[in-house]
Parts: sequence; structure tokens; C-alpha cells
Amino acid sequence: MVLSKTVSGSDDSINSTFASRYVRTSLPRFKMPENSIPKEAAYQIINDELMLDGNPRLNLASFVTTWMEPECDKLMMAAINKNYVDMDEYPVTTELQNRCVNMIAHLFNAPLGDSETAVGVGTVGSSEAIMLAGLAFKRKWQNKRKAEGKPCDKPNIVTGANVQVCWEKFARYFEVELKEVKLCEGYYVMDPVKAVEMVDENTICVAAILGSTLNGEFEDVKLLNDLLVEKNKQTGWDTPIHVDAASGGFIAPFLDPELEWDFRLPLVKSINVSGHKYGLVYAGIGWVIWRNKEDLPEELIFHINYLGADQPTFTLNFSKGSSQVIAQYYQLIRLGYEGYRNVMENCRENMIVLKEGLEKTGRFNIVSKVDGVPLVAFSLKDNSQHNEFEISDLLRRFGWIVPAYTMPPDAQHVTVLRVVIREDFSRTFAERLVLDIEKVLHELDALPARVSAKLAVACEDKKEECNGNVSLILKKTALETQREITMAWRKFVQDKKKTNGVC
Amino acid sequence: MVLSKTTLESDVSIHSTFASRYVRTSLPRYKMPENSTPKEAAYQIINDELMLDGNPRLNLASFVTTWMEPECDKLMMASINKNYVDMDEYPVTTELQNRCVNMIANLFNAPLGDSEAAVGVGTVGSSEAIMLAGLAFKRKWQNKRKAEGKPYDNPNIVTGANVQVCWKKFARYFEVELKEVKLREGYYVMDPDKAVEMVDENTICVAAILGSTLNGEFEDVKRLNDLLVEKNKQTGWDTAIHVDAASGGFIAPFLYPELEWDFRLPLVKSINVSGHKYGLVYAGIGWAIWRSKEDLPEELIFHINYLGTDQPTFTLNFSKGSNQVIAQYYQLIRLGYEGYKNVMENCRENMIVLSEQLEKTGRFNIVSKDNGVPLVAFSLKDNRPYNEFQISDMLRRFGWIVPAYTMPPDAQHVTVLRVVIREDFSRTLAERLVLDIEKVLHDLDSLPAKISVNLAVESKEKNGCCNGRVVVKKTALETQREITTAWMKLVMEKKTNGVC
Repeated sequence: MVLSKTVSGSDDSINSTFASRYVRTSLPRFKMPENSIPKEAAYQIINDELMLDGNPRLNLASFVTTWMEPECDKLMMAAINKNYVDMDEYPVTTELQNRCVNMIAHLFNAPLGDSETAVGVGTVGSSEAIMLAGLAFKRKWQNKRKAEGKPCDKPNIVTGANVQVCWEKFARYFEVELKEVKLCEGYYVMDPVKAVEMVDENTICVAAILGSTLNGEFEDVKLLNDLLVEKNKQTGWDTPIHVDAASGGFIAPFLDPELEWDFRLPLVKSINVSGHKYGLVYAGIGWVIWRNKEDLPEELIFHINYLGADQPTFTLNFSKGSSQVIAQYYQLIRLGYEGYRNVMENCRENMIVLKEGLEKTGRFNIVSKVDGVPLVAFSLKDNSQHNEFEISDLLRRFGWIVPAYTMPPDAQHVTVLRVVIREDFSRTFAERLVLDIEKVLHELDALPARVSAKLAVACEDKKEECNGNVSLILKKTALETQREITMAWRKFVQDKKKTNGVC
Repeated sequence: MVLSKTTLESDVSIHSTFASRYVRTSLPRYKMPENSTPKEAAYQIINDELMLDGNPRLNLASFVTTWMEPECDKLMMASINKNYVDMDEYPVTTELQNRCVNMIANLFNAPLGDSEAAVGVGTVGSSEAIMLAGLAFKRKWQNKRKAEGKPYDNPNIVTGANVQVCWKKFARYFEVELKEVKLREGYYVMDPDKAVEMVDENTICVAAILGSTLNGEFEDVKRLNDLLVEKNKQTGWDTAIHVDAASGGFIAPFLYPELEWDFRLPLVKSINVSGHKYGLVYAGIGWAIWRSKEDLPEELIFHINYLGTDQPTFTLNFSKGSNQVIAQYYQLIRLGYEGYKNVMENCRENMIVLSEQLEKTGRFNIVSKDNGVPLVAFSLKDNRPYNEFQISDMLRRFGWIVPAYTMPPDAQHVTVLRVVIREDFSRTLAERLVLDIEKVLHDLDSLPAKISVNLAVESKEKNGCCNGRVVVKKTALETQREITTAWMKLVMEKKTNGVC
């Protein structure tokens, strides 16, 4: 009989964690260690190293939820060893997923009867949801073309250049051409008129975004729908719309219920939303809803039996945790319409406070609109002395993570800073952030030559490392040129100064 | 200024949860409720309903981990609000993922220098890992064919019919033809000779499985490699191998280190493994490892900047939780080689105990092998008058979930029951399971007419509604059952009504 050792060395049970030898040895990075270590030591070592990660709640770059009620944490921990895909073994969890799908479908005004079940599925995020929706469109279009005896080897999809990267992934991985409607300064979302112009017989769908990543704006889905209905009448192509409501799906129904963007528009065939953004659940859950069964080709659904009983599956992922689905259901029934509306209204209020605070400094243009996702995107009125990337870097010193980035083509010369207002971003935070931004501006003003030059160089080095192979390369050129000119001028001034400052 | 209501009604703070009116109202199923519910009530209601789910630890159908140490649970809870994809904001978490990739690549003997970083990525499971690996193969093959000026519109992939469903998904979603090597009775994995015969110029890769889902067997990757090397010499097609080591990847290096199945074989270009199976982490983590940078086409990697700085991304999923990655790193350093070896040896021992005791009942054939994934797949020596599906149903009464299923073509007439031995399946549980199986056999033996007929009818209805590749298999079985049922009915008419 094999006797495994339960303790590896003699000093384990005696020494406290920090007294033991484990905190003296270098942590393995490339190969698994030969021996086991006690669990307390393993826990402590990893926990301590993770202290150097950013604080999720101060991460103002992300839309993804960073706080949930303790009761929900309890539910999630209890469900952490349930494999979501075992429908037969965990029927209640599966039922909860179905209830969420139904509730979200009704939230989006899907044309369903009173007890009719909706067509949809829970995913790991909007990326998977978008890929599934795109697959469904591609397959439907291929079947239609084959029935018509026409070629089906060149599908394309029409979107704005402001799409999130997962659309570009979908296009590249599933071999669909991406036809992007370019942006222009002052208009940072997809123009419905231009989009409809780009539609041709190979277009599998037009994708509109409710809540653009760049500035939170809602695209005009109704106008797109109306124009596309007209075009479909003329051409007979029957091109549908998909709405990427990753952020906006849980905002528009509560803040702006009159806005028509969902299944109320006849050409909208599928919608995706991220449960982990304004669905108020931790990272790892998204939802995709189809209008009805016809919009999801049956051939894409698999039926398996080797976990015991028949289960239909149409997701890219198979095994995954159940906690987020349960958390989503918790939120839906805990908050209800009333609760979600309150949360969104609070976010909106705090966004307005932040926006007004920033406007009052007199140094910023506000690029985001008040309607849309509660976020504030702002750029400097004058970025010749120092730019938004430097503000972003200096804000880190106070603990804030505020990203700065450039717009996609054709507005690459515009740089913005973006603060996302999540549920847990209170008014106190908003006021503190404005204070800290003012401090940063003051610092940059006081030491323009020295500090900004060094930072500009540091930023430039960092940017050069990025070998982007998508639209980003073009954007950097304009910025780099600007910086080179600035730097040359600074060097010139610097040579005339004598002292070394602290940097 | 908007004043939200902090309490809805007067009874909220006074009544205990089960005294409040919330447990009297029907829970919403189709539409969101108008009003909020207090959090204690919401928690209690959901918690109670979930009690009716199966117990994960008694779920013997699944390979996926169902128990971890409390220290690890603590770590996972603490990182539950970290979005894994924010590499810039959570550099340590990203670093931990890279360390895991390095460790696993070294475990698989990837040809790396001492401090050379491995090429690989963490995924949500083996499904995503396989799709990424398949994408890489497809793109490489397309580029090669374009360079040769040959058509590239008909890619195919050669696998055994015993593949897990995600290979079929990959084939259907990414428009690659799936050429399956059929199984036969007694040989339930891919035959390397037949596989190599099926390889043609459009084959993007051959996929071998280390740890077949059906009976846990390891396929002979070395033989496949050697045969394919020969064929490549003759044809010049340079066909590569992918090893789906979803289960076996964390077993073979510890129990069978001499077995050559990984990057030691020159044609193996990528491997996937499920961290959430024998990597001993909860559901939601897998790993895809490539041999070297050349095997992962650069054009599939995206660089984005709108979270603040440049980050390369090559996964199908974007935002997801970080806790499983941290848990995987915890397990790798907490257990080390020694710990994993001990766990796998314990699993193997318990598997042998279960296997021997089932053989001792004299009623079963053991279909699984001793070498391979620690699981026991067994079928009845004589599956009249009742069959494996009925045993599976009856075992549920005791709390056990033991699945029964039929083999893929061409062995559809074989039905097996399968028990997966996980880390937390101790010898006590093994002995209890055998006792309960014996009880079930006894019950089924003593009331053959009544219970088996009803169960046979039920099973037939349940199995009749399932469509997909399973339909063909059922025909032989259904015929068998119809005959049995007819005979039972005849006998029954002569007996009295018993309790059912």
C-alpha cells in the first residue's frame, strides 16, 4: 500500500509562515517545483505577491463589475465547484440560466408569448456571444445563397471603426471580411447612412453598437433599421441587424425606455449583452439572445450524451463555472427593475458631477455625451505642452488607473482620457478624482520642460514596443511626429537650463 | 435630487427571512420583477432552490475538479473581482499566468532553453484551447498552400470517432472537414495505422487523444508519430500532430513519465490540457501550449490599446475572471511534482480497488484499461432483462450520479457505465459505491418484471427525444428493448400488481 507523506519537512508544523524557510526561497517561474510546500505558505506567498496588482475598484478603465453584495459572494463561493455544462446533474442551475435568458429577452422586448421560452444562451462574455451570433448569421446567409445557387465564399460584415476587438477577431478567425465605416473628428460612432451604403449582397449582417467603447455613445439603431428596410425593399437581400449591446443593454431599458434599439425594430435579429458590465456581475458572464428560433440555424446545435442524458449545446466553451450565472439571477431578482433603475440613475448623476467638475477646470473638452453609457471621455484643450498620456501616468501615483488612448481612423489625432462610472463609483470618488486631476495638472504646469520631456520619451519607448498589426500603427505616426517635434524643442530649451531636478 | 427608497415596506427589517412575505411569492421566471427584494431574502431563496441540484462531489460522471483546499478558496474569493484580461492593471496576475504556461510547457518537455518563455495561453477550458490550436493549424496550412499556389478551400482534420464534442464543434464552426477513424468492439480509440492512411494533402493535422472520454485510454501517440514521419517523407506534406491531453496531460507525466506522447515526439506541434480536470482546479481553466513561436502564426494575434497600453490577445474570450489562473498556480507550487504524483497514485489505487470489487461481483466486464485516466468503465455481462441505463437510474436513489452511454460507431451496441476517480474519491467512497451497486443489482434481479418494464419504457422515452449522432445507435438498443418489453408484458399479465 502506498503511504504518501502528509508533511514534507520537520519545520512545517512548528514555524509560523513567515518564520519558515519557504519565504526565503525564490518562487518557481519556469518549472514545477519538485516538492510540495505547506498550504499556508503557498497561500501567503501568492497572496502577498498579488498585493502588487492594481486595486480593481480604482480601475477606472474597465466597464466590468468590481463589487457585489456579500450575500452574492456567499452564493458564488458555494457554487464554485459546479460545472455549468452538466445540465443533467445540476438541473436547478440550468433552470436559473434559462430564467435569466427569458428575463433578458423580455427586457429587450423579444416578440414572445406569455409563457414562450426565449432563444438565447449564457456565455463567458460578449466576445463569445458575438462569435455565436456572427456564426448564426454566417450560416443563415450561406444556406440562403446555396438555395439561390449563388456563390457563398465571400461573406462580409458592416460595422463602425469603433468596434471592440472581438468583432475583428470574429472576422479574422471565421474568415468574414470586415467592412468598417470610418469615423471622423466629432463623430465617433458608425454613421447609419454610410453603413447602409456599404451593404452588398455578401453582407451577412450590419452590427450596431449600443454603448461604444471609446466614448460611451449609443448608435442610432432606429435610423439604421429604417434605412436598411428601404434598401432591403429595393434589393431583396434581407440584410439583418445585430446589436452589440455589451454595455448599453443593461442601461438603455432603465434610463431611456423610450429609445427604440432592440427587438422592437423588425430587422434586429440578435442582441448580445455583457452580464459582467452593467449587468452588475463579476467578470465571466455574457448573454446572447435571438429574436426567435428561425434566427438560430438548428445545424449549429450539438447534442451529446456522454455525461449521461441528452443535452443540447451551442457555445464555444464547454466546461466552466456556474457562479456567475447564479450571481446574474441573484441580481435580477434582488434588484428588479426598480433596483437597476436606481443604480443606473446614480451612475448618471455621478457622471454629471464628474463632468461638471472637469469642465470647471477649464482645461478639458468633454468628448462623451450625457446620454449613453455613464462614462466621461475628455481630452485636453491644449496638448502642446503635455498630453493625455502623461496625465494618465501621473494619476497612477495617486492610485487611479485612468487610461488614455487614441481614436481609430480617421480620427487618430484625437487622444482621450476615459473614466467609466460603475455602480461602486460614488460621488466622493468623483470629487476626489477631480481634485487629483487638478493636482496633476498643477504639477505638469509647474515643471513643463523637465518632467514632460522625460515622460514623453518614456511614453514613446513604450509605444514603440507595441508591434500592433491592426489599425493602431497608423495612429501612432501622427502622435510620434508631434512628440518628436516637441522633444526637439524641449532639448533645445533644456540645454539652456543648468540644474538637475528630481525625476 | 433622486431619493431612492432604502426599505420597501415596514416588514422588511423586522421579520426574519422565512417570516417575511418574500418566501410566499412565486419566484419570477420570465420577466424581471418590478421591485427589489432584500438581499437576505434573495440569498435564501436562491440558496434553497439550489439545494435541489446534484451534489458535485457525488457526480461520478465528471472529470472536473470538485474539491480544493480552503486556502485556495480564500485566494479565489479575493480575486473574484479581477478581470483577467486587464494585463496592464493586474500585472502580477498576468505574470502568474505566464508562469503556469512555462511550467506546463516544461512538464510537456517543450524544446525550450533554460529561461526561454514558452508559447501558450490560458483559456476557459479545453474547448477554447482546441479551437485556438485548430485555428493555428488551419492558418498555417492555408499559408503553406497559398505559397505553393494550390487550392486551400477544403481543409480536413483526422481524428478518432471517440473525440469529445468540441472537435466536432471546431470542425463545424470553422468549416473544416472532420475525417473520423471508426472504432470497433474491443478497440475504442483511434487506430494510428488507419489514421495515417486517411491523411491527404488537405489534412491540417491529426489529433490524438491522451485520455479518451469514453474509457480513459491513452492513444498510442508514438506509433502515430513514427508512421506519420514515414508518410511525410514519402509525400512531403509535413502533416503535424496535435495531442488533446485534456485529461491525460496532468496524469501521464506523473504516473507514466517514460511514455512518449508530448513534445519529445517531433511532429507534435501543440498540446491542450484542462486545468480543471486533473490539473485539480475548479471548472473554468484550460491551457494551450505550442511547441515554438513558428507554430503560432503571428497574424492571429491582436494588439489592442484601449485599456491603456498595448496588450497582445489570442483567445476567443476576452473578459473573464482571474481566480482559476491563480488557483492553478497555487496548485502547481503547493503540490509540486511530488504532490501531483501522490494524488495521481492515490487515484490509480482507488481505481484498482473499484475495478477489482466490481469484477468480484461477477456481473460486469471491465471495459477500461488500467493504464490511462483513472476511471472504471464497465458493462453488464448479460444486459437482459435490464441494462446499464436502469442501473444508472437506480443508483441516483442513493445519491450517486453514474452515467451510462453507448459507444460511437461502429460499436454502438456496446453500452457502458463509467465512474471517474477524482482526487476527492477516497477508498471509503469506492467501497460504498460497490455496496450500493450490489444493492441495485439485487433489487433489479428480484423484481425483474415490474420495475424493469417501467424503467425500460421510461428510458426509451427519454432516449427517443435526443437527436444528433446518437440517434443511429439507439435503433439497435430500442429494438432490443421492444422485444424485451413485449416479453415482459406477456409475463406481467400473469402476475399481480406489485409496488412500484
